[in-house]
Parts: sequence; C-alpha cells; structure tokens
Amino acid sequence: MTSPLLSLRAIGKAYAGRPVLLDLSLDVLDGEFLTLLGPSGCGKTTLLRLIAGFEHPDQGSIQLAGADLTAVPPERRPLNTVFQQYALFPHLDVFGNVAYGLRRERRPRAEIDLRVREALDLVQLGEFARRKPQQLSGGQQQRVAIARALVKRPRLLLLDEPLSALDAKLRRQMQLELKRLQRELGIAFVFVTHDQEEALSMSDRVAVLHAGVLQQLGTPREVYERPANLFTARFVGETNLFPARVLETQGERVVVDCAGQRRTLPTPGFAPHAGQAVNLLLRPEDIRVLGPDADHGLPGTVIERNYKGSTLDSLIRLDSGQEVLVSEFFDEDDPAFDYRLGETVKVSWVDGWEWMLPADG
Amino acid sequence: MSGRLPRLWLALVYLLLYVPIAVLLLYSFNDARTGYRWGGWSLRWYRALFANDTLMDSLWNSLALAAAAATLATAIGALTAFALHRYRFRGRELMHGLLFVVMMSPEIVLAISLLALFLLVGLQLGFTSLLIAHLTFCLPFVVITVLARLAGFDARLLEAARDLGASEARALYTVLLPAILPALLAGWLLGFTLSLDDVVVSTFVGGPSYEVLPLRIYSMVRVGLKPEVNALGTLLLVFSLLALALSQLLLNKQKS
Ligand SMILES: Nc1ncnc2c1ncn2[C@@H]1O[C@H](COP(=O)(O)OP(=O)(O)OP(=O)(O)O)[C@@H](O)[C@H]1O
Ligand SMILES: [Mg+2]
Repeated sequence: MTSPLLSLRAIGKAYAGRPVLLDLSLDVLDGEFLTLLGPSGCGKTTLLRLIAGFEHPDQGSIQLAGADLTAVPPERRPLNTVFQQYALFPHLDVFGNVAYGLRRERRPRAEIDLRVREALDLVQLGEFARRKPQQLSGGQQQRVAIARALVKRPRLLLLDEPLSALDAKLRRQMQLELKRLQRELGIAFVFVTHDQEEALSMSDRVAVLHAGVLQQLGTPREVYERPANLFTARFVGETNLFPARVLETQGERVVVDCAGQRRTLPTPGFAPHAGQAVNLLLRPEDIRVLGPDADHGLPGTVIERNYKGSTLDSLIRLDSGQEVLVSEFFDEDDPAFDYRLGETVKVSWVDGWEWMLPADG
Repeated sequence: MSGRLPRLWLALVYLLLYVPIAVLLLYSFNDARTGYRWGGWSLRWYRALFANDTLMDSLWNSLALAAAAATLATAIGALTAFALHRYRFRGRELMHGLLFVVMMSPEIVLAISLLALFLLVGLQLGFTSLLIAHLTFCLPFVVITVLARLAGFDARLLEAARDLGASEARALYTVLLPAILPALLAGWLLGFTLSLDDVVVSTFVGGPSYEVLPLRIYSMVRVGLKPEVNALGTLLLVFSLLALALSQLLLNKQKS
C-alpha cells in the first residue's frame, strides 16, 4: 500500500555539460500532494520534464507504479501536466481543448461529451465550453488547463507553477480549489512553486531543491521547524541566525556559548562535540523581547516597528551589529509590548525553541 | 481644405490602379469589331473565346500547371520550412540565405540557368520542364511565408498534445497544421499567381507540346490582338477574386 507511485533514483541531468540536476532521488506516494520548492533556475521545470518524458535523464531511472519509464514516450505515460504558461490550443474552444486527450484515446462521442462536461463542472467552467482560450481570463485559462489534464484521470498530475501568473487574491482562491480537487479525486500532485508560503500551506510533503540538489524532503512542519541546512532555513520563511560554540555536552543537554551567554540546550539532531562551531536558528515568532533590565538576553536597540495587522514586526540591532527580526502577536493590553523606536531592549528565547545546525553544514 | 487634399490623392491612386481593369471589363462586353469604339453590350467575345480552342487549351494548360506547381511548392516548402525551424543543423543559415538568392535574382538569370540545366540532362522541354521551373521560383515564397508563421508558433503546444496522448505525428497534424494553415493557403495562392502570370521563365523552358496562356497571348499580339483577350482577362480576374474570397472565408471560419 505504501509502495511509492513515482520513484526517481539517482537522477542526473546536464545541459551542454552544465549540471542542472545532481544525483536526485525522490519518491512520490499515491494520492499525496508533493511540492517542489526552490528558487528560479534550480531545476524544477527540468525535473518535471524528465518525469513527463520531454527530456531524458543522463543518469538514473524513473519508475511509475513499478514500471520503468525510461523508454516510454510522453504520450504513453499515465500522467498529465499542467504547463507553466497553460499551453492551451488556440484553434480549439474550451470544450475542444478538454476533449483533446479523450479524442486521442478514441473514446466514444457520448463518453467524451459526458466526461468533458464533468471536468468543466469540476473547475466551474460549465458555461464557457464554447469560448476560445483567448476570450478567457488568466484564472479561467488556468482552470481549463487543469480540466484538460484531469479529464484523462491520471494517477499523477504534474503542475509547473500553475498559479504564478495570477494576482494574489485569485491565487489564494485557486490554491484552495486545487487542494480541494486533489483531495476529492485522490490524485497524486507534484506541484512546482518558488513561493514558500504556498508550498507550506498546500502540501503533504515539500521537497526543497537548490542548484539541482535535493536539500530536504519532509512535511511542511519539518521543513519549517527543523530545516536540514542553512539554505532551507533561509529559503523557507524568515530566520534569525545566532553563531555559537559548543562548550560541553551533558548527556541529553549541550552547553553552548552564544555571544558571551551560557545556555544549556537540548541535544540537536547531530552529535555535537566540545569546541564545535554551531548556528542557532530562530524564527521571528520564537524570539522574545525583554526590557533592558532582564537578567538574560542579548542587548540591542529597536530600529524598526511594523504593524502587520495580527502581528507586530520589529527589527532590533544587537550591540554586536547583527540585526534580528522579531514577530510578536499583537496584544494591546500587554504593557511589555510597548517598545519605542530607539529604545534599548534585550532579545532572548525559550531554551529548546531554537534549531541547532553545525556551522559548516 | 486640408481634409480634401488627401482624399483627392487617394482617388488618384485608385484611379491609376483600377482604370485599366475597368476598361478591360467594359470592353470585354463591347459589340464592336475593333477594340476602340463602343458598339453596345454583347457577349460575342465570350462566345468567340470559348470557340477558340488554342486559346482555351492554353488557358487550361496554365491553370493545371499553376495548380500543380503551387501544390507541390506548398508541400515541399512546408516541410522545408519545418526542418529549418525545428532542427539545428550545419548549413541551416546557408540554406536560409539561399532562399533569398532565388527570390531576389532576376528572372532572366533563373530562366537561362534552368534552360542550360535541362539541356544538360537532356530533358524534353514541355510540361515537366515547366513544372520544375515554376516549382523552383514558387518554393522560396512558400518557405518564407510558412517560416514566418512557424516563428510565432509556441512549441510547448506540441508538448501539451503529446502529454495528452498524441503521437508526434498526430500532434503535428492536430496542433501544428491548424496553426500554419493560413500560411499554407497564402503560400499556395502566391505560388498559383506567380506561376499563372510568368512569361520570362516559361518562354525559355516551355516547349511547343505544352503552351501556356501568357505565351499564347504574347504570340497573338504579333498578329493582332482580338477583343476576346478582354473576355479572357475578365474571366481570370473573376477567378482570382473568387480564390481570394474563398481563402478569406476559410481563414475566418478557422478563426471564429
Ligand atoms: N533546454 C535547455 N538548454 C540549456 N539549459 C537549460 C535548458 N532548460 C533549462 N536549462 C537550464 O537549467 C537550469 C534549470 O532550469 P529550470 O527551467 O529547470 O529551472 P526552474 O527551477 O524551473 O526555474 P523557474 O522557477 O525560473 O521556472 C537553468 O539554469 C536553465 O538555464
Ligand atoms: Mg520553471
């Protein structure tokens, strides 16, 4: 039951001698929503094209439901793609676009009619069947592209930044719609985006990609709270980084020196040794701002305050010169909350809320 | 005042363009024996035209040749354009440039070189030599027209088609072909017209076994032009207008 639907093994791909994907292995489970997250040019589209069959890997193998796909042309792979720029057929109307894949399967006319109607209803475009793609808005075109792929009832759907051309509001709405479709139909999605918020809110699992290398594969929580390395930590959300040095290990605890402060922290996921340089990562919402008289914390000055509705974001410059981003939930009645620009404060956190990484990792 | 000057100018240009054609039309219905006096309305020159077997034969010859040359040129030209567009190979730039050489070189040069070639290989001058020659000068126009259309074609559409289950050939047929159809049609019409009114090349590579219309008319001029040529001209005009209208109709139907 838990055997993977799609399985990529040690994939390598280079264009003109320049590596684009390096030794990449990844499993996609049946029915899951997996997001490929990474900056522009990191190889996301290339990976999708390899899976869809438009490119061939230089090394490695691709298996779908146990069958090797290496020699299978795109038209015979039981998966479909929603392209980055929709790629709707301009000479066909909406109905014709959605029916295209079924016509290639030589389905009977009545069945095509029925299934196309169903698919269009699914994406709420029932009344637009006779429109040409050029006569639709971006969001509607996007939905046609999705219906066109879904009507084939694939087990796996590849989506290449399907929402990147939409404005923020429509994007939010389409995110919910896509998520609903995926859950109702039980199709596995491989969804590409470079928007970390989108990745975290929609996915069952996130694969973080950078420079052709898989940095981390995990649930949104794992990726956000326990990043495997600095790249992931910085790419997935804002993060504050405090350099520290391991003083000694005490069983389940490790004692570090962070800017002259001695802190006893839980043992991280790796085995630290005395004298090792480490980084302590803290999300802005995990930082506490204390008054200047507090008995612990790193001293600094408030240099920016931004009211963000539900949160209040502050930028604090520590005496060491480092700048720390703090995000606090807004509470009008809390007097401790009322720091002014230029005021001196101390920043700290609850021991155990930090995430420790080796400095050379 | 300033508004009337451009309109006057435009009227002059249109006069220049259409007066000769109007005269031709009018005189094709003229009942007089010689061309320059008006003798009342009549269809006698049309009857004379249809009774003139040599002229009618040359007309059919010309139409058949033009249709064959245009069709072949469109088929070969479309494939050539596709290859030039799709594949990167050595000599691609050169091939592209050579198209313009054929298009720009004086017709007389093409005519002489083709004749020399046919004599060299011992080809009997007639339909085949004419067809090859007309194909030669139609081809670049088709290639250029189709290439321009292909340049605006989004290759991802072919990938989308493959992704939805179309084989490569099927994707080309169902997605690429509709996209370049206007160019094919335009190329065919261009080739047809070029072939139909070619004189220079046909003079050199044509033979007595297959006389084309422009040469027939040309030789008639020497013995005295009869008004039935006006009738012929009118018919050709109607023909090309119909072809133009038909192509527009097809293109519009495709668009909507
Ligand atoms: N056909 C190609 N020939 C040469 N290089 C290519 C080709 N396709 C992609 N590349 C290169 O491979 C790298 C990865 O490209 P890819 O399109 O996979 O990035 P991406 O992650 O999808 O980026 P984006 O978020 O901008 O879409 C880029 O550096 C790109 O320049
Ligand atoms: Mg991309």
